[in-house]
Amino acid sequence: MSAMTVRPVNRDLTVGVPYVTRVEGHGNIKVRVQNGVLEEVKFEVPESPRFFEAMLRGRSYAEASHITSRVCGICAVGHATASLKASEAALGVQPSDQTVLLRKLIFDGEIIESHVLHFYFLVAPDALGVGSVIPLASTHPDVVIRALRLKKLGNDIAGILAGRKIHPISMVVNGFTHLPRESELKELKQRLEGAIPDLRATVELFQSVSLPDFQRETEYLALHKPGEYAFYDGDIASSDGGITPAAQYRRVVKEKVVPHSTAKHCWSQRDSYMVGALARFNVNHQQLRPLARQAAEALGLRAPSYNPFLNSVAQIVETAEAIEDAIETIDALLTRGIRVEDSRVQVKAGLGVGAVEVPRGTLYHEYELDEKGRIVAANLVIPTGQNMANLEADMRAIVPTLLDRPQPEIELMLEMLVRAYDPCISCSVH
Amino acid sequence: MRPKIGVFDFTGCEGCELQILNLEDEILDLLKLVEPVNWREAMSERGDDYQIALVEGAITTPHEIERLKSIREKAQILVALGACAHLGGINCLKNHFDQADVVRQVYGEGARYFETIPARPLSAVVKVDYAIPGCPIDKREFLEVIKALLIGKKPPLPSYAVCVECKLADNPCVFDQGMTCLGPVTRAGCGAICPSYGNRCEGCRGLVEEPNLNGYRAVLTERGLTTEDVLAQFRLFEGCLEVAKS
Repeated sequence: MSAMTVRPVNRDLTVGVPYVTRVEGHGNIKVRVQNGVLEEVKFEVPESPRFFEAMLRGRSYAEASHITSRVCGICAVGHATASLKASEAALGVQPSDQTVLLRKLIFDGEIIESHVLHFYFLVAPDALGVGSVIPLASTHPDVVIRALRLKKLGNDIAGILAGRKIHPISMVVNGFTHLPRESELKELKQRLEGAIPDLRATVELFQSVSLPDFQRETEYLALHKPGEYAFYDGDIASSDGGITPAAQYRRVVKEKVVPHSTAKHCWSQRDSYMVGALARFNVNHQQLRPLARQAAEALGLRAPSYNPFLNSVAQIVETAEAIEDAIETIDALLTRGIRVEDSRVQVKAGLGVGAVEVPRGTLYHEYELDEKGRIVAANLVIPTGQNMANLEADMRAIVPTLLDRPQPEIELMLEMLVRAYDPCISCSVH
Repeated sequence: MRPKIGVFDFTGCEGCELQILNLEDEILDLLKLVEPVNWREAMSERGDDYQIALVEGAITTPHEIERLKSIREKAQILVALGACAHLGGINCLKNHFDQADVVRQVYGEGARYFETIPARPLSAVVKVDYAIPGCPIDKREFLEVIKALLIGKKPPLPSYAVCVECKLADNPCVFDQGMTCLGPVTRAGCGAICPSYGNRCEGCRGLVEEPNLNGYRAVLTERGLTTEDVLAQFRLFEGCLEVAKS
């Protein structure tokens, strides 16, 4: 379905899908074609803003992670971590190796849970021609039970380490207020190893799923770190070239307000760019561990991939990566032994940026603190917001290739495109 | 026949709905007892014939007021799901600022495109039959409430404070660790999860009925806390604001 094969269809078409389903938050698809000419393409975001950046003013750095985890029910751990890293950067604090390992492990849990939720519960129903995962519980019980088992594993990693995945409790600036027992880590490791057959079965299932063959090359941004597939830390790397320290994210990530979306749009070297699993795969595929490489190969995902629908496939690859990373991280923690550490910090004024790769892409928190550690100004840049302009660019490219199809098919294809991005809309609006 | 349910969301993070999906061990059994007919986050069907509406999120725009009223009209039972729906939740932090300034802070020149009103709980707009407190909701409590609704009973909520559950969990007192805790006046039901993981109670479940306010104020004064400190602490989920004012 590349641009080469487009046949001219002199058609009028108005698509208005209100509140696209099986995504997080509220977004509307609007397309208008007149006499075969694309007049309007919009992904409207009417989601109510919560104004987190304004609300944070006057609050202590110590509360910021508990406030900002509430930006997002799906990537609460990601927000908490970006917040902690921003505060630590502002205060000039370097968290211990143990703290970083524990955070990485919780991140793996969040990647597993969020990705499984997306490709099994939100995307798979389209491939199987049903409206939700609910009918699959009776037609494909083994698939649903496998999905629930994998999802629960991701949740339990975060639950054991942070109290719960949705709005983690024990993660604080420079440490943890609760530490896992070694027996808990050993049990988690066993469950992670036990999840590898579930992962293989997942790969097999999605080998048989055919996703639309649509290509549009764009700029891909992801954190990059030599020697690891970056989730927790790294510099900003662009597929168009250039590596920028995360602290200077404003040089790379430009935000603008558009009237039809309470989520701001972003651009970098071109009019739009993509973040998320596919962008990370394109930028960092060489850092993947064997399990994830095998998954990518089995699923036929090769870098660079310019098909946004394959973001879901890249999520399966990343689930493999997170499982293997979690096993290795637990080994590292068990070898070191878990110790109680002093997490006190010296409060001072400063400016700090925290950047992490959350399930949907790069997340930035930036705080300016006064001498008492109160937030004077805050900026949050959310993956889904960064993807909005790119999603619209994809919609503009795909609509002309669909004009010879019946309207419900066009609508479904556009909804599937939106879902492929796994948007977290309430998060993007914050 | 299984009662039909609708799950709806307003201003919030949708974490409480995700808590329902996080019932990995129970959700298949739950689906044998209730029939979701409208749940945008999880399914494409959009039925209007639900008896029970589970509603997440606070109300922060005029449009949301109308949408909530229309859900109320269709539902026999409306349940507020989580702190945002129940109390207004974290969204109410913005109510302490000038609303126009809040929009300008975030959208700058683009502020003119967007409208916001002070955040409020569902009960400020429509009749709410029951609330499941918490940020996020507790999964086990959610199941208890659904079970009660299915057998036509009033869903039970603990009438004692988080302190009780904290003592049962054998946690050291949060005040003794130099933190201010809302556990003495906050409704239990969460298993004192925050103190159990080394944090203080942040009051996300709202005030217990008949809190011991005098005793609580004495504890705060003893610790040398100023009114300003206390007010700021109580603002996080809005649940205990009345205490701060009293």
